[in-house]
Amino acid sequence: MWEKKPVLLIVLATCAILVGTIVTMVLPFAWVNTEADRIEGVTPYTALQQEGRDVYIREGCNNCHSQTVRPLVSDVLRYGEYSKSGEFVYDRPFLWGSKRTGPDLARLGGKYPDAWHYKHMDSPRSMVPKTNMPDYEWLRDYPLDPQMIQRKMETLDFPYTPEEIKALEDKNEMDAIVAYMQKLGSDIPWRDTTETTIVGELVNPYTETDQATISSWGSIYLENCAACHGEQMEGEIGPELIGEDYDDEILFELIYSGITDGGMPGFSSLGTDKVWKLTNFIRNYKADGDQ
Amino acid sequence: MEKQNYNYAIVRSFVIWSLIWGLVAVLVGVIVSFQMVEPDLNFPPYLTFGRLRPIHTNAGIYGWGVGVIFATFLYIVQRLCKTPLWSDKLAKFQLYFFNATIIASAVTLLLGYTTSKEYHEMEWPIDVMIVILWVAFGLNIIMTILKRKDEQMYISLWYMMASIVGVAILFLVNAAAEPVSLFKSYSAYAGTNDANVHWWFGHNAVAMALTAPPLAMFYYFLPKSTGVPIYSHRLSIIAFWSLIFMYLWTGAHHLLWTPVPDWIQTLAMGFSVMLIAPSWGSVFNGYLSMGGQWHQMRENYLVKFLILGITFYGLQTLQGPMQAIRTFSAFIHYTDWVPAHIHMGTMGWVSMISFASIYFMIPRIWDREIYSIPLANLQFWLILVGQLIWSISLWVAGVLQAGMWNAMNSDGSLTYTFMETMVEMYPYWWARAFGGVIYLVGLIIFIYNIYMTVKKGEPTAVTTATAEGRA
Repeated sequence: MWEKKPVLLIVLATCAILVGTIVTMVLPFAWVNTEADRIEGVTPYTALQQEGRDVYIREGCNNCHSQTVRPLVSDVLRYGEYSKSGEFVYDRPFLWGSKRTGPDLARLGGKYPDAWHYKHMDSPRSMVPKTNMPDYEWLRDYPLDPQMIQRKMETLDFPYTPEEIKALEDKNEMDAIVAYMQKLGSDIPWRDTTETTIVGELVNPYTETDQATISSWGSIYLENCAACHGEQMEGEIGPELIGEDYDDEILFELIYSGITDGGMPGFSSLGTDKVWKLTNFIRNYKADGDQ
Repeated sequence: MEKQNYNYAIVRSFVIWSLIWGLVAVLVGVIVSFQMVEPDLNFPPYLTFGRLRPIHTNAGIYGWGVGVIFATFLYIVQRLCKTPLWSDKLAKFQLYFFNATIIASAVTLLLGYTTSKEYHEMEWPIDVMIVILWVAFGLNIIMTILKRKDEQMYISLWYMMASIVGVAILFLVNAAAEPVSLFKSYSAYAGTNDANVHWWFGHNAVAMALTAPPLAMFYYFLPKSTGVPIYSHRLSIIAFWSLIFMYLWTGAHHLLWTPVPDWIQTLAMGFSVMLIAPSWGSVFNGYLSMGGQWHQMRENYLVKFLILGITFYGLQTLQGPMQAIRTFSAFIHYTDWVPAHIHMGTMGWVSMISFASIYFMIPRIWDREIYSIPLANLQFWLILVGQLIWSISLWVAGVLQAGMWNAMNSDGSLTYTFMETMVEMYPYWWARAFGGVIYLVGLIIFIYNIYMTVKKGEPTAVTTATAEGRA
């Protein structure tokens, strides 16, 4: 009989639509972003970070980058500790994304030094030759508008001081987005807890390998190290590597675990074999330079 | 039936404008597909991938998709209700306001005014415009149905009404935001809540804008094209109610393995698999309606579009639930597999049905025979081949990349860095861009065929006023 009564049909259809809506969309508000979700240490964005976040939104970065690490082995190994609900309580809107044309950014904060980000934003291909990320050096030409930021902080109910806002006068959008990158996922001290401990004695498996073979491992260096240490190991963002005189085992450990508070990420995800190859390549390269 | 009573002028206008926005959507799609393989094609600040991609998706959904919905619904409602539109003035307003909204959307998105929420990127003033537009449209359709001459309402009308109500609820809830200025607002919800509300919207926008309306068109235009009624009225009733009931539970399958509570993900997974039943109910209702009529696939190009369209719907609604299962999602999510899935739905299912609907309406609203059926057939093959190249290349790419992301060395470390997996995508992205170009050519032929029909087509032999009973 609803087939003859349009108003009844609309009412019934609305009810059908509302059942799933209430259970899966309305009810979760009772559990999500409550006290139980709260994580100590998660703080609102600073004025500069929030401005960077708005640049990220404006430029549609979320079309290519996700911001949630899933509790899956390959995700955690590649990006870091899996994401937790309480880390996102200040995110309006959420920026989890749906596609990884580029890598996930949820744990990017603190991975690289600021200088890495500036250089990468200026020209991603100068650091990662085959990437398809466009250049964003033009963000440097746009200064921030402290008045607008003040209104934003008021809307979001974020704590800010007049000094903090005033300090933004000589900052530009590039400074803002880099500040935002460095905040991502760094509110919980996950880097300390996921540090890899090497167990057992380290033995260089390539002590007997000939020079030519070792030189052929240069591609691993170029892909993973050259962006910071230079193609000729001359140093740029990271220090020069020629003339370093670490033992094999110590150099291996440095590459494998990184220097987290010095801005050098660990490369344990490359696997021990590649890290040994890198170790030998770097030491060998030094020898080459002496000749 | 005096057909001159019907307001066909408004249908003609919506057909034309939906074609224009459809062309824009596909054109921008082709441009961004080339930007993905050649980053030098980004011209900041306005013409970058990050700003153009939302223009592609929104022009596709709101310009082409909703444009066709407006055209076909305004046509179907008059025919099925055997009465002219409730208000011609409101329909006229709807036309102008529709174009104003689409233009405002495109301009503001180019300028970088965006909320970042996928398929809902437009800032709050445009949300207000969309609400006004939808109310004008919905009111006209519902009021026309209320004054119908035929007591019984055909199934297409149910889908139309559900779609009008559904879109309204989804859009209003997800649009809630706190404005900072005219061009900037912050979502009313934060973090995990925002994600859950948004994908409840995102997935059901697909249901209410890109599933229910094409089904309304399919149920109307298939029997009209074949001359044979739909196979089972009862099946269509069951499929309708279970579809609109179950869809709303499934949004969180876009958020599997994220911090959204597990039980929501599990419900979404279960309901997604259950959704195969109502979806395939309509697919089989379509196939079974072809009983004894399969020869029309050779003879009637309209049937070809419609049956291929419903076939892609069937594939889509099998692949979708598969992706909604946790284990499969863990593997495939975030790769190029997902856009391949979406484009089978939009380029295959929704657009095929839209092409057929427009081809069916043209002779009736312009009183002209279609200019060239060979061109329509050529278009069919270009559209089909273009879409298959598009989707298949990215399915392969998605599986390849997912495999590389998950590959592990014997010591438990990852085999490939992210960049090593990304560079493997380039050949497939080229293939996708190529498929997109073929599709674009198909669309241009479609528009040319309609242009020539209107300009030069032969007047229809017999006025179509006769033989226009309900299917």
